[in-house]
Amino acid sequence: MDSILLFFRKLAILFRRDKFSNEMEEEMAFHREQKERALLDDGAAPDSAHYAAKRQFGNSTQLKEQAHEIVSFCFETVLQDFRFAIRQLRKSPGFALTAIGMLALGLCASVAIFAFVDAALIKPLPYRDPSRLVGVFESIPECPQCPLSYPDYLDWKRLNTVFSSFDVFQRDGFLLTTSEGAETARGLRVSDGFLRTLGITPLLGRYFYPGEDLASAQPTVLLSYAAWQQRYGGKEDVLGQTVILDGVPNTIIGVLPRVFEFAPARSAEFFAALHAPNSCEVRRSCHGLNGIGRLKDGVSIQTALADTKSIAAQLEIQYPDSNHGQGAAVAPLTEVIVGDIRPILLVLLGGAGLLLLIACVNVTSLLLLRSEGRRREIAVRGALGASSARLVRQFATEGFVLVGIGSALGIVLAAWLMRVLTRLIPTDMMANMSYLQGLGFNTRVGAFAFTIGIFCLALFSVVPTWRLSLSSLRGGLVEATRGSSGNSWRRLGSNLVVIEIATAMVLLVGAGLLGKSLYRLLHVNIGFQPDHLATLEIDAPDAVYGKDEPSIALERRVISEIEKLPGVQSVGVSYLGIPMDGNGNTTWFRIIGRPWHGEHNDTPQRNVSSSYFTTLHATLVRGRSFHENEDVSKPNVAIVNQTFAKKYFSSDEDATGKQLSFVPVATKPIEIVGVVEDIKEGPLDIATPPVLYFPLNQNPSDSFTVVARTSQAEASLLPAMVAAIHQIDRNIAVLNEVTMTERINHSQSAYLHHFSAWLVGGFAVLALLLSAIGLYGVIAYSVSQRTRELGIRLALGAQPRLVYQLVMKEAGWLAAAGIAIGLACAIAAATLMRGLLFGVRSWDVSTLAAVAVVLGASALLASYVPARRAASLDPVQVLRSE
Amino acid sequence: MPKKPDLLPGTLDLLILRTLKRAPQHGYGIALSIKRLSDDVLTVEEGSLYPALQRLLLRGWVKAEWKKTETNRRARFYTLTPAGRKQLGAELSQFDQMIAAIGRVLQDA
Repeated sequence: MDSILLFFRKLAILFRRDKFSNEMEEEMAFHREQKERALLDDGAAPDSAHYAAKRQFGNSTQLKEQAHEIVSFCFETVLQDFRFAIRQLRKSPGFALTAIGMLALGLCASVAIFAFVDAALIKPLPYRDPSRLVGVFESIPECPQCPLSYPDYLDWKRLNTVFSSFDVFQRDGFLLTTSEGAETARGLRVSDGFLRTLGITPLLGRYFYPGEDLASAQPTVLLSYAAWQQRYGGKEDVLGQTVILDGVPNTIIGVLPRVFEFAPARSAEFFAALHAPNSCEVRRSCHGLNGIGRLKDGVSIQTALADTKSIAAQLEIQYPDSNHGQGAAVAPLTEVIVGDIRPILLVLLGGAGLLLLIACVNVTSLLLLRSEGRRREIAVRGALGASSARLVRQFATEGFVLVGIGSALGIVLAAWLMRVLTRLIPTDMMANMSYLQGLGFNTRVGAFAFTIGIFCLALFSVVPTWRLSLSSLRGGLVEATRGSSGNSWRRLGSNLVVIEIATAMVLLVGAGLLGKSLYRLLHVNIGFQPDHLATLEIDAPDAVYGKDEPSIALERRVISEIEKLPGVQSVGVSYLGIPMDGNGNTTWFRIIGRPWHGEHNDTPQRNVSSSYFTTLHATLVRGRSFHENEDVSKPNVAIVNQTFAKKYFSSDEDATGKQLSFVPVATKPIEIVGVVEDIKEGPLDIATPPVLYFPLNQNPSDSFTVVARTSQAEASLLPAMVAAIHQIDRNIAVLNEVTMTERINHSQSAYLHHFSAWLVGGFAVLALLLSAIGLYGVIAYSVSQRTRELGIRLALGAQPRLVYQLVMKEAGWLAAAGIAIGLACAIAAATLMRGLLFGVRSWDVSTLAAVAVVLGASALLASYVPARRAASLDPVQVLRSE
Repeated sequence: MPKKPDLLPGTLDLLILRTLKRAPQHGYGIALSIKRLSDDVLTVEEGSLYPALQRLLLRGWVKAEWKKTETNRRARFYTLTPAGRKQLGAELSQFDQMIAAIGRVLQDA
């Protein structure tokens, strides 16, 4: 009740604030007059009576202020503080804009990068109880996390005691028959429990019945939400319809939820039941299935690993031919999905954090500089009765305004940056990282931004306050006229600049090393000429081209049709991949005439046409190329790469003429007829393994990759190539039409290096700029504080050159200290991120030296201006103005 | 000049209310009364009456009114309200209790 009355009384006064003030003024004046009169009556002199009355009354300004505070609402003073803060900032727009800009920049970078980190590393996978999901692999030294074979999968599933469910999936492309001809569609072959293991229920229809993944069952398929919308217009009657995949009619039994994402599936449209075993899956040695398991309650990854390992060991004894050396590996599913992107994201987050640090340090030193310049104002306000709590609140309000505007701007910029960065990621890459699709502001990102904001706010209001408390108010009044203050600030400011330069050094070194890695990566010897090469993949229907004869005929026809196109110089084809495709398709062999103890020499395999190496401009170092007529009727032959020759034969041995045989299923002897210089078959940053090349005509296929060398722009050849193939048969699907250069630049390793090098480079440039500004601020302030001293020096006959040197020396020391500390930190930081470096050591001397020179030069440049100003001081003017 | 004792915290309000109980007064009059009645022992920093008066006004314990003084000057006169009278009673008894308590402690010591 009382508080309501109080509120209304305050409100009444609020609306008549002027009257309140006037009345208070009049009342107090009346009091003083009465007092003065009384003193006069007591016989005091008129002058002294006047002052005595005033003295006894007290500080009327402070008293009025007190009275105001009593009757006003607390928000009023807050508003007042805000108005004042905004007025202060508007009075020095240079300071306000710089501080806000820097804050926005630092916040924008770290929030945007954090959003990526959140989407990839923090946000839990969108499955039921995702922490219990694990990837399950077979393991060999050459491939620590490798797919399972189907018979092994069945045994592991039957024998394990650690998984509540255990399923497999395999990425697959389907040849989809539509009314307009054939096209390929991305798909996933999955075992019957796959979705149940993840904990996903279909949006429409049902999931596979147990046993529906066997070859004996009717073929059934589920659609992704996107495929349902795009191919079937989102109609519910899609259930029960038939879709022809790889020439086989499949019944659509369900649609997956819209939000379903499974990065390893890329953007799969069709989720088909396994229908195992196919020709590969009958063999225990054919490894194509990725395992995914759900741990039973209370079972740890270590227990699961031990269990699968013991099963693998058991199978090794049972099936020595196929399972010799096959171990097991279990890893959290998160690790499997985001494992390769984690170090890059962490490095980027670190870079953004350092940039934020520099920005904060810079704004802090700006604020200190300002509080130094405002000592007198603060002293006056204190003398006029502002309590120190009130002064602190004023600083906090100014900090709040700065941080508020800065973070609002930073968040808008971050939203924009996120969109730009995601758009920069090619669609293909994005399909691999589908977890990034939910990227954007959420509570976690908001909380992160909020925390940074609060931290900045605390920093920016505490620092000037702390600075203020160091100096007494009276001292402020006296000192301000002298200009000899600020020694302590100069020390503090110098320390801050050293931190800034050191941080900039770390970022610059990081960017330099990543840039150098990128350069090394793009200039790695790939063993062929990538320019002027156009590539595409074709997939022909098995019903027509599946047999050997039609496959060979198709290959010859494709080559001859494309050779006819204008500008084409030569055409080659390869089955099981072309350069940059990865080393996934491997084979096991033994060398005839050497002792063999059942070991598996796991080696990537390519089946290529006779024209393949010449088209790539690969170099044959020994022996011969394949002949066009080398088919099954001729002796089996192979070409090996140099690494193969080095690994399996001694240097004085000639690999050509040696004979190989496949294992465990023995074949006719295969004679090595040539050795080719290493072609980069896999990722750029991985050393080329031994590779075996076989003539395509001895192992025909109706799906293969075409590589055409042209004298003209290769990108313009692609549409003509597609048309030529469709001229042969409209039912042949064509996919992945790209130039070889694009293939290289868009390969994951090159792309990630590009991405991180450019982003960290951007951070580093900004850091360089900010630290230069910071150094300039400190030196300029130091010169302004020392104007009197420098003026006296000049007046006493110091050469301007010496004054100039004096200032430059101060800057030089700061820069040197910053660079020295930065050097140590940079090497430490580079060691932490050495996993991302390619062909560069973390203490790469040339990078470190170059960065030190760049930083030193920019530091000298930043201090040149104030040094010049100091040297050109006119001593007469300086001494007079003091 | 001998140092004057400081007022006990919170007693200024009590003194003002007590002064006003006798008759409505303006600020200067209140200061004068306190000084005179305490035989010059209690002198407040005179200006500090005014924020205190505003506090009492806001609480509704006193009322203010502009009137002419005997010398025909305009001045703001403060009057005790019934609520103020009640508050004075409460504060007085509290004060008495406290003084008595302090007195007991001091005597005993």
